[in-house]
Amino acid sequence: MSTLPGRARAVVIGAGIVGNSVAYHLHQQGWSDLALIDKGPFPNPGGSTGHASNFIFPVDHSKEMTALTADSVRQYRELEVFTQSGGIEVARTEERMQELRRRMSSALSWGVGGVSLVTPAEINEMVPFVDESILVGGFYTEGVGVVDSLRAGTLMRERAQAAGALTALANTEVLGIDVEGGRVTRVHTTRGEIEAEIVVIACGVWSPRIARMAGASIPLTPAVHQMIDVGPVPRFADAKSHIEYPIVRDMDTNMYERQDGAGLEIGSYAHRPILHDPEEIPSVEEAALSPTEFPFTQGDFEQQMEHALELCPEIVGDESVGVKYAINGLLSLTPDGMPILGETPEVKNLWSVAAVWVKEGPGVGRSVAEWMTHGESEIDLHSSDIARFWYHQKTRAHGRARAAEGFNKTYGIVHPGEQWASNRDVRLPPFHSRQVELGATFFEAAGWERPHWYESNADLVEEYGDRIIRREAEWDARWWSPIINAEHLAMRDGAGIVDLSAFTIFDIAGPGALAAVQRTAMRQMDVPVGRVVYTPVLSPGGGFKADLTIMRLGDDLFRVVTGGAHGPADRKWFSDRLPEDGSAQLTDVTSGWTTLGLWGPQARTILEGLTRDDVSNEDFRFGTCRTIELDTLRVLASRISYVGDLGWELYVPIDEGRRLWDMVYEEGRPHGLVPVGIGVYGTTGRLEKCYRAFAFELESEYDVVEAGMAWGKVKEQDFVGRDAHLRQREQDPAAILCTLTVDDHTSKSGVKRYMLGREPILALDGGRLVDRKGRGSYVTSAGAGPSIGKHILMAYLPSEQAVAGERLLVEYLGERYPVTVAVADSTPLFDPENTRIRS
Amino acid sequence: MPLNILCCVKRVPMTGGRIVLTADEGAIETRHLGFTISPHEECGVEEAVRIVEAHGGSSTVLTLGPPEAEEQLRDAMALGIDRAILLQADAELDGGATAAAILEAIEAERAAGTEYDLIFFGNESADAGNYQVGIRVAHALGRPCVTGLKAIAVEDGAVRCEQEVAGGRDVYRVPLPAVVTVKEGLNLPRYPSVPGRMRAKRKPLETRPVAAAAAGVEKVRLAVPAGEGKQAQILGHGPDAAPAVVEVLRSVGVL
Repeated sequence: MSTLPGRARAVVIGAGIVGNSVAYHLHQQGWSDLALIDKGPFPNPGGSTGHASNFIFPVDHSKEMTALTADSVRQYRELEVFTQSGGIEVARTEERMQELRRRMSSALSWGVGGVSLVTPAEINEMVPFVDESILVGGFYTEGVGVVDSLRAGTLMRERAQAAGALTALANTEVLGIDVEGGRVTRVHTTRGEIEAEIVVIACGVWSPRIARMAGASIPLTPAVHQMIDVGPVPRFADAKSHIEYPIVRDMDTNMYERQDGAGLEIGSYAHRPILHDPEEIPSVEEAALSPTEFPFTQGDFEQQMEHALELCPEIVGDESVGVKYAINGLLSLTPDGMPILGETPEVKNLWSVAAVWVKEGPGVGRSVAEWMTHGESEIDLHSSDIARFWYHQKTRAHGRARAAEGFNKTYGIVHPGEQWASNRDVRLPPFHSRQVELGATFFEAAGWERPHWYESNADLVEEYGDRIIRREAEWDARWWSPIINAEHLAMRDGAGIVDLSAFTIFDIAGPGALAAVQRTAMRQMDVPVGRVVYTPVLSPGGGFKADLTIMRLGDDLFRVVTGGAHGPADRKWFSDRLPEDGSAQLTDVTSGWTTLGLWGPQARTILEGLTRDDVSNEDFRFGTCRTIELDTLRVLASRISYVGDLGWELYVPIDEGRRLWDMVYEEGRPHGLVPVGIGVYGTTGRLEKCYRAFAFELESEYDVVEAGMAWGKVKEQDFVGRDAHLRQREQDPAAILCTLTVDDHTSKSGVKRYMLGREPILALDGGRLVDRKGRGSYVTSAGAGPSIGKHILMAYLPSEQAVAGERLLVEYLGERYPVTVAVADSTPLFDPENTRIRS
Repeated sequence: MPLNILCCVKRVPMTGGRIVLTADEGAIETRHLGFTISPHEECGVEEAVRIVEAHGGSSTVLTLGPPEAEEQLRDAMALGIDRAILLQADAELDGGATAAAILEAIEAERAAGTEYDLIFFGNESADAGNYQVGIRVAHALGRPCVTGLKAIAVEDGAVRCEQEVAGGRDVYRVPLPAVVTVKEGLNLPRYPSVPGRMRAKRKPLETRPVAAAAAGVEKVRLAVPAGEGKQAQILGHGPDAAPAVVEVLRSVGVL
């Protein structure tokens, strides 16, 4: 038995698949003096790894998740604990078949091969115990398999131990974590204390409890996943291994069925959400089975038995086949369905690697170890970053509400625009009541309710007639309205007022402020007071960490404005890079300021009607900001545009926001001003101008050169990612971000279809386009361009295809449509000379 | 000859780990626990189902407990028991009161035209372990009772009972109607099939209230004996552990 080391460079808490994997990969990255502790015994300490179903379906609509899973499969194969079985997601309905066609596209987008759509007869041929008569078809993935996750964890742990890098201790419970000066210093355990430079929480369903010991928050919710094992199955009597038939996911019933030796395992995500509290999970000693295997609640499984009987009547209907094992197994759910990874915003050197399932465990372990070592990982983890959560999103109530709502979507058909229904109306702008009066349809962004379009503009749809492309297919038109396009055209003709309250705004102030923003922002920040700089923020490797605007409001004062969703992560990024001597401070003023966008050819006329200040083009240039008086309000006006029209972002203290709205609205109406939703701001206006968006076009896998944003000289001053950026400028880009338009929308059935994003871009012969770095081409953003009368797609294309006029294909829901590269750089489709915004 | 069989069971916590008591030490803390019936009673249920399968007749499962005990009754019906009676009591009754409530139910059944030829009990309950309810019921009914059975065979109006005793087995042949208390090992109970589970949902279950009775035995408090809980011993590592493993397998009779 090992003894507890007095100190360790990193203490990893939790020896499930995740903790073992993190420890192993830290060792691979050259770390030593590592300690891995768990309160349970090895090799199965009693967490969710121990009862996991252990199968892996590699295709997900999320690029990040697919990449993590692919890397995990590669590692499991290398450890020789992966048994490939194949798997079929079966459809009972036409609606599901469409979803499976969408899955085919995702597989193509992310480069997962060995997939095909299969007929009911083919399903029955592969899985003869399935009643194909109730099926419409299926999605077969050759690379589906089953892993031995406990063995994998053990092997990884033992490798790190054998190298002398790791001490692993079972039956060692954490009692407390000390934090001094905002940093972790020490872990208290039942075997004594360990001084620790870094602490990693890889405790699965217990993670929130352990994080709380240090004053940090990991907002995951333990939830029940029911599964039963029936057997012995006569058909499997001669089974030579634990998995010989493809695993079947009965998607429409939220269930799966898989052979497991002589038995059939039936699992369900269909039952009512059964949520638990991390504080209430029994100890290893108290648990009848393991702490995460709760007593089965038969009453929640009644319907599922019937569904299983329908699909597998031969086995499930066999009176000689008994239910031998049944549990309510605990797994981790999060408010948005993604893992929770990274250094906690509350405590330095305290890392979360939580809400990770077996299928992505080793990939997450590798990625987080890279992140801890190099400050970034090969796979972009922004959707999983623990820093993404706003304060309200870390509450127990929010976590539980979203976990409950998300649970039954595990196998659901989730539209890319789908909105959450629970815990809404959390963050409301001061003009919310006005928006309600105007019939706004609200979408949620970072907890803010943002109008996506306004019913009050419905008449404009008729007015613009044929210039507005209607969407005939329900899927294309879900979470969408033709009113968006009407608002777009009305803004281009007159003016639009846009609610931008969801912006994250933070000030960096103090004598060291300039140095701090210089170090973080790629572009030159030593600009005159009153300049607004749009800048990429780079990772050390020169990928995109963010893109945002920074206003210089004073010699020692900079105001950073970024999107709502990624705001907290950007705030942490800046905050982490403030000078150590305290010469600059960051203050989040998001809830102090509200922002209205005023854009359109009439914007200046409207503004002039409200102010005596000079807002002429000569006096108030594009890319500058200043405080002006609008009637009785002092307003910080920033002349920039994300929609491609003349105008300003108007910032006022939040309590004056409604007054500002009313003034602008009333002044603007006679000039054709309409309220404009985020459907225009985020999609149609932006795409016509080929403006890039973080998390769509911009992510750490692509660099500034590839994104077509390497204009101007590189500043002399050092900044994060500078060396990498200079290297990237020297090279020919492997891919170039292009804007494409769809040439023909007509599907085989004659219905016109409109892509929504994330679809694969293919060569005319149907082959995948892959750049020399191995990255496939897919649609990063898609949407209407009402002013140019085309549906617009953005995509990174290998340099050979990144040529204006190049003809290619896009695959959407199983069919292919011709597209043409419109521009192979960042030249806007609409108003390419930018005369509007500079007029 | 077809038989009417009554099988009495008790809902008890499914323990497995360290037992935790409620704050007042009056009961087992069951917040994290599932519920089951004792292994003895599982064998009783299985035997009842087998006898009816072989000889015809019908089987009834009875329990005295809270409304949640319906779960154990449905479990038994999933294995093939035909119907269920829930004697609903808010509090736990002692052995005497339990026997009295069961007797009352048996009388009511008789009045309604159902006479039980054979009544199964577990040798003792898994939690209280009072070893007396079956005997009390038999005595009150004036029927023969054989306890601690490891084998049962119904033969021409009688039942052949094998009782486990030190060094061997005593065999009794008692005329029906009779009461038996059985022990784990009587048979190997089956697992419920999915169709069995689905049928169980639709089988008849009758609930009757039981009035609280004066307790003959008063529970003062519970205590958990020392040394309870999971014990693990590492026998060795790698191939060197093989002889020790063989020894263990021998000792438990697998080899």
